[in-house]
Amino acid sequence: MKTSKKVKSVPPSGIREFFELVVGMDDVISLGVGEPDFVTPWRIRESGIYSLEAGYTSYTSNKGLLKLRKLISEKIRNEYSKNFDPQNEVLITTGVSEAYDLAIRAIVDEGDEVVIMEPSYVSYNPCVNFAGGKVKKVTTELKNGFKPNFEDIKQKITDKTVAIVINYPNNPTGTCISKEKLKNIFKIAKENDIWLISDEIYSDMVFEGEKTSSLEIKNAKDNLILLDGFSKSYAMTGWRIGYAVGKEEIIKTMNKIHQYTMLCAPILSQKAAIEALKNARPDVEEMINKYRRRKKLVVNKLEKIGLDHYEPDGSFYVFPKITSTNLSSKEFAEKLLDRKKVAVVPGTAFGEAGEGFIRISFSTGKKELNLALNKINDFVKNQR
Amino acid sequence: MEIGEKETEILNILQDDGKISLENLSDMVDLDKDEVKEMVEGLENNGYIKKYKAVINWEKLEKEPAYASINIKVELSREGGYDKIAERIAGFPEVENIRLISGEYDLRIVVKGGSMRDIADFIAEKISPLENVRDTVTHFVLKTYKKDGEKLFEQAEDRRIQISP
Repeated sequence: MKTSKKVKSVPPSGIREFFELVVGMDDVISLGVGEPDFVTPWRIRESGIYSLEAGYTSYTSNKGLLKLRKLISEKIRNEYSKNFDPQNEVLITTGVSEAYDLAIRAIVDEGDEVVIMEPSYVSYNPCVNFAGGKVKKVTTELKNGFKPNFEDIKQKITDKTVAIVINYPNNPTGTCISKEKLKNIFKIAKENDIWLISDEIYSDMVFEGEKTSSLEIKNAKDNLILLDGFSKSYAMTGWRIGYAVGKEEIIKTMNKIHQYTMLCAPILSQKAAIEALKNARPDVEEMINKYRRRKKLVVNKLEKIGLDHYEPDGSFYVFPKITSTNLSSKEFAEKLLDRKKVAVVPGTAFGEAGEGFIRISFSTGKKELNLALNKINDFVKNQR
Repeated sequence: MEIGEKETEILNILQDDGKISLENLSDMVDLDKDEVKEMVEGLENNGYIKKYKAVINWEKLEKEPAYASINIKVELSREGGYDKIAERIAGFPEVENIRLISGEYDLRIVVKGGSMRDIADFIAEKISPLENVRDTVTHFVLKTYKKDGEKLFEQAEDRRIQISP
């Protein structure tokens, strides 16, 4: 029987491929995990349990519980003095993954183009392809701290471009972006009348300096589709809960797909997210402090090992360059796994621009982190 | 000694892990080992760090000592306030901690002993007879679930998949 040519033409996830190698191996220390090592803070879990006991097991409205939408709208107003109407401009989704897919499908027609910075999160390109769109890549480089170049973006814009996708703090590079650069990217979007999809799932995890949110930019709302969620900040990956905010026009369009395909995000997760926004700030701070200390630990170790890297501004990833070992990303990751039983993700899982790099996640306890980095040190020394 | 951002960060890290290596500690606060060593010594010598000790799960060994929490009503005398009586009680090694509390009672102390009997004797002989102590209520501890911020029951293991985007 037939399967879709379009789907077949999209390559399988490089992460998945590497996962198959790791699975079944014993005693592996993994620095390849893209989620927090903390379990969801107890107050959030407890409120989920309570919701179950109280019988909250039904659908909600397509857009999600109004109470949660109101809290999100309030949070944005308090932090950035921007108004998003909770009735029409906020959509609760099953994680940012769904929100991104909705945003893309809501704006892309066959042959339309979307500009994406690479290295980038693994789902950005495939979702565009599934929707019949084409990806225009802008390569970011270590020497510029993986920050995109204004001219490079501008060059990729054609009359078929419908959106630019950005993600700061960034997975896999850990880089953030300055307000100035953001302003310029908005300018391109405005001038060309295209959307700016900003995935800010790591927005709370900024270590140094100010948060750099698209919401800070004046008149951002005209072009912005902002995606955020609870997975990373509140350690709620398995709850699958996120949201999109934007003008009524775009939220309405996204909701049209959402209502037929997802109906609504799970009510239990929505209830838990309400508790997260209301009361879990101290838990988040506590986790971010831990990430910050580990980040310092990792970058100082990388310094000693002699692997060139950009010190992450946020997220829980660092993306060191490994070309000094004369190995490709894939060879490095496979050999390291084979010889030292340490798992990292080859940079190529995040696009061609990731060749020569590996992604290290520091969402791992200090003890394992030390052990793994010592092993990486031995491995690199032997390799050179 | 001035307590700045770095010193506070060191205190926070050590509170969570008193056994952290000097190398890790200096990496985490981004200072040379020598500087950090000096800071830690300063914090120790100036009494900001009282001591380092382990949080032990004696229940697991089934050798746990007996504990009791005792509320004490104090009659203040002309000569001294709560500090004086608290310092007097603090001298006994059986007493693990003393806090001045609000409400019906004034002091809450935690006493450790080899057995409940030892504790009962200690209260009867040393605490109740004190001149300023008017009334005590003793609550023996039956089981400890959390101590010094650490849960003592089995904790969930890492259930994440090994590689994820």
